[in-house]
Amino acid sequence: MPAMLTVTDLAAGYGPVRALDGVSFTAERGRVTAVLGANGAGKTTLLRTISGLHRAERGSVDLDGQRLDRVAAERMPALGLAHVPEGRGVITELTVEENLRLGALGRAGKVDGSDLERVYGLFPVLADRRAATAHVLSGGERQMLVVGRALMARPTTLLLDEPSLGLAPRIVAQIFELLRGLVESESLTVLLVEQNARSALSIAHRGVVLNLGRVVADDDADALAADDQLRHAYLGF
Amino acid sequence: MQQLLNTALGGLTLGMVYAAFALALVLIWRSTRVVNFAQAPMAMVTTFVALVIVDAGHSYWLAFAAALASGLVLGAVIERVVVRPVEGGPEINAVILTLGLFIVLHALAAVIFGNRYRSFPAPFGVRGIEVGGTTIALTGFGIFTILAVLVTMGLLLLLFQRTDIGLRMRASAFNPEVARLLGVRVGRMLTLGWALASVVGSLAGLLIAGGSLVHPGYMDSVVVYGFVAAVLGGLDSPFGAVVGGLLLGLALSFVSGYVGSQLVALAALVILMLVLVLRPGGLFAQTAARRV
Repeated sequence: MPAMLTVTDLAAGYGPVRALDGVSFTAERGRVTAVLGANGAGKTTLLRTISGLHRAERGSVDLDGQRLDRVAAERMPALGLAHVPEGRGVITELTVEENLRLGALGRAGKVDGSDLERVYGLFPVLADRRAATAHVLSGGERQMLVVGRALMARPTTLLLDEPSLGLAPRIVAQIFELLRGLVESESLTVLLVEQNARSALSIAHRGVVLNLGRVVADDDADALAADDQLRHAYLGF
Repeated sequence: MQQLLNTALGGLTLGMVYAAFALALVLIWRSTRVVNFAQAPMAMVTTFVALVIVDAGHSYWLAFAAALASGLVLGAVIERVVVRPVEGGPEINAVILTLGLFIVLHALAAVIFGNRYRSFPAPFGVRGIEVGGTTIALTGFGIFTILAVLVTMGLLLLLFQRTDIGLRMRASAFNPEVARLLGVRVGRMLTLGWALASVVGSLAGLLIAGGSLVHPGYMDSVVVYGFVAAVLGGLDSPFGAVVGGLLLGLALSFVSGYVGSQLVALAALVILMLVLVLRPGGLFAQTAARRV
């Protein structure tokens, strides 16, 4: 079952620099929540703090009643949270299948072949290249690999970091189409961090707009996309 | 002809030991970016552990196993206690620490075990085998050396390529942050990597010591040759370390046999310089984009 992710008054930074300054929002069960904003708005720090890679200075993160803000990053997969780093997060020295198998090792319980087959079913292009070193994959294929690898852990919640980063527009459209299908078929809660606001809002139910570490808007995706002033000021389209 | 054969056989045996030692260096380098200069005295300490057990009247094999086990523990302890605290800082800090450890272990060994030459037993003959009336430079212990290193490499290969723990270790070495996100306890994998490397180093120490003399500095030249072998194969590649070790063993054996044994150390340095100038990534370097 998808989980509900609640972030309350979260603050984090790097030395004297405040990257997040009292961020609160809820990613609803089974829905896609987009986190939008310009470079430096705090989007990536938000994901890294939720998944335990970066320490929160204040505030809390809660996944279906379980406090996450003092949990080490390596325990998150067992709790159902999968942080999907951007496409560069494939381990290029390992094969496609080794990357996928690695994804299943972090979760509780046994791994079996059915998980691999399920991911290969979702991303047939990975099945064709299962024995290849991930190093040879294209940008789009890498993005599919990191998403597929996260699904191997059977997560309830996906944190997606800039799935469109560095991809050609045609590939971006393809990736978002895949993500849309995934959300419908897999019943996941998704927190999607994107600079490409237009693409993100096309699959998101809700949107949270960050600016300089603070939430400046939190509304239905349609309402955000319709707000001309907000679009021009923060979303760049 | 006979000299050629003997030189090659001697080089092969020696090369296997260098290969093992280079492998120990590479295992640590590729996961923590540290050249472990303390590898030689670590191996020396474990060899002395074996010697104490042999001197107490126990069998060679018990001593052999105890040395490897103490290598495992020593590697893990050093990673946890010495290397872990400086992790995340500049990598040179850890390298300097291993140099310090080199001196400390030396001094401790001299105090505890005595700073003199002591003979170390071999489980097999150290005389050349007779083939068709002539004696060739392959000893029973030499065959054991070659087999022991081959078996160890086979086991490591199985561990890394065929097991979940090996996959976790490789992931931790290649991309620690992504490994953490996937639930790998990277710290434990680094400890295990140091422990395994230390076992391989101990094995090299035991094989060098067998049928020969040991003292606190007996492994010091091997760390130089092992390092040259590792650089020769490319510091990142376990396979390269093995081939580099064999090539170096053969090259030095031929220098010793045909040019002059006093030039061996010089030849090793010449090889090191040639590799660094001509192929700084090693003979088996993959593209420079490896660690992007």
